[in-house]
Amino acid sequence: MTAFIEIRDLHKRYGAFTALRGIDLTVAKGEVVCIIGPSGSGKSTLIRCINLLESFEPGSKIIVDGTEVACGRGLAKVRAEVGMVFQSFNLFPHLTVAENVMLAPRRVRGKSKDEARRQALELLERVGIADQADKHPGRLSGGQQQRVAIARALAMEPQVMLFDEPTSALDPEMVGEVLDVMRGLAGSGVTMVVVTHEMGFARQVADRVIFMDDGEIVEAGAPERLFDGPTEPRTRDFLRSILNH
Amino acid sequence: MDIFDTFFNASVMAQAWPMLLRGLWITLQLGIVSILLGLILGLLLALLRLYAPFWVKWPVRLYIDIFRSIPLLVLLIVIYYALPFVGLRLSAFASATAALSLVSGAYSAEIFRAGIQAIAKGQFEASAALGLGPVQTMRDVILPQAIRIVIPPLTNNSINVVKDTALASVVAMPDLLKQATQAQALAANPTPLIGAAIIYVAFLWPLVALVSRMESRLGEGQDR
Ligand SMILES: Nc1ncnc2c1ncn2[C@@H]1O[C@H](COP(=O)(O)OP(=O)(O)OP(=O)(O)O)[C@@H](O)[C@H]1O
Ligand SMILES: [Mg+2]
Repeated sequence: MTAFIEIRDLHKRYGAFTALRGIDLTVAKGEVVCIIGPSGSGKSTLIRCINLLESFEPGSKIIVDGTEVACGRGLAKVRAEVGMVFQSFNLFPHLTVAENVMLAPRRVRGKSKDEARRQALELLERVGIADQADKHPGRLSGGQQQRVAIARALAMEPQVMLFDEPTSALDPEMVGEVLDVMRGLAGSGVTMVVVTHEMGFARQVADRVIFMDDGEIVEAGAPERLFDGPTEPRTRDFLRSILNH
Repeated sequence: MDIFDTFFNASVMAQAWPMLLRGLWITLQLGIVSILLGLILGLLLALLRLYAPFWVKWPVRLYIDIFRSIPLLVLLIVIYYALPFVGLRLSAFASATAALSLVSGAYSAEIFRAGIQAIAKGQFEASAALGLGPVQTMRDVILPQAIRIVIPPLTNNSINVVKDTALASVVAMPDLLKQATQAQALAANPTPLIGAAIIYVAFLWPLVALVSRMESRLGEGQDR
């Protein structure tokens, strides 16, 4: 088991407020890690530090596939290797679905237009929306948009995919189609770090579930262990509170 | 009727027409060149103001504020009549172009900045997460969206630039207004002035109407 992402003593402050207080976490190649926890516990902040969408405090260390995450030369390499899917999709509204998927491979990987388009259509096929390739994202349903966002991230052939509550902005009837795509990815050996409130998905797909609260990792373990026999009182309280909803 | 002979005198107008056309051509050249230079300058200033290190940002801000405060006529006269004292002698056309585009650039800069800042943070984040560099992000993601937003205010600004070209007549630029006043003096009849006024309106009215249409359409909140 080789560590693909290594996070050591990660601290993050927003002014006087401490959002992350010493996170240690390693993710192995091919592993699927789900992060759960109450609102404001720092889940988004944690995964946004991995590709430096958020800067973090000196003394903290994040290494992705042997490259330290920091401003400068290495950052482009890390970002090209780390795909990210956002809660709010963040598709480019002025480009068609296919162009959304093609942009980064063309600009960053230097692929030709034909090559990028061929790859985009393949990926759109894989997430089940090849027939929408030439529409603008605004014409698609939320579930379809999020699948485009997944295809767009995959087009960079990332070594790891980060998901920040990918289904939280979706109507309930569209959650399933996105989770299905993610399940497929997990099954094909993609390394994934997923912030989610979908406990069923976490239980079924995760190799490891991490419970965060108040900027720290409170408890981590295999899904059955963590969901069925949490040892920390805070984990127990959290699980009880969401089961009651 | 007296009024018609005075203000809408057909034979005076027929005589003045070639002069007015020559003036119009100069006005259009002056307007178009100044608009284009102003847009380029404005975009550059906006990007510097947003993303340059503070020791560049600060002078850029100063520039934008100064050139939005100075009366265009004052600037034009300074460029045309004062700069020769330090050995910088510009032609009337160059002086007018410089004054118009320096000021238009300052206004355009603020328009572009507002447009770029109106783009959701998620667009920058998605671009960064995909590995796009800052230049690619601007060119391929942010500006194409921002430009759609700023087309109405930029068109407004362009209308102002064309109107302000009339000030160039004070530095002896043979633009539409200057030609009209000369034709008026020649014919001892104000019809050419009325003709010039009508030509200005005929050119700018469609643009004004276009901006109103675009603004009301944007107001309907059509987002895509
Ligand atoms: N830009 C910011 N400025 C100040 N505080 C911030 C900022 N971003 C996040 N925070 C704070 O940091 C804490 C952690 O935020 P984060 O978004 O990581 O939580 P989260 O676990 O993802 O919550 P949620 O489930 O609501 O998405 C919160 O208290 C939040 O208010
Ligand atoms: Mg969050």
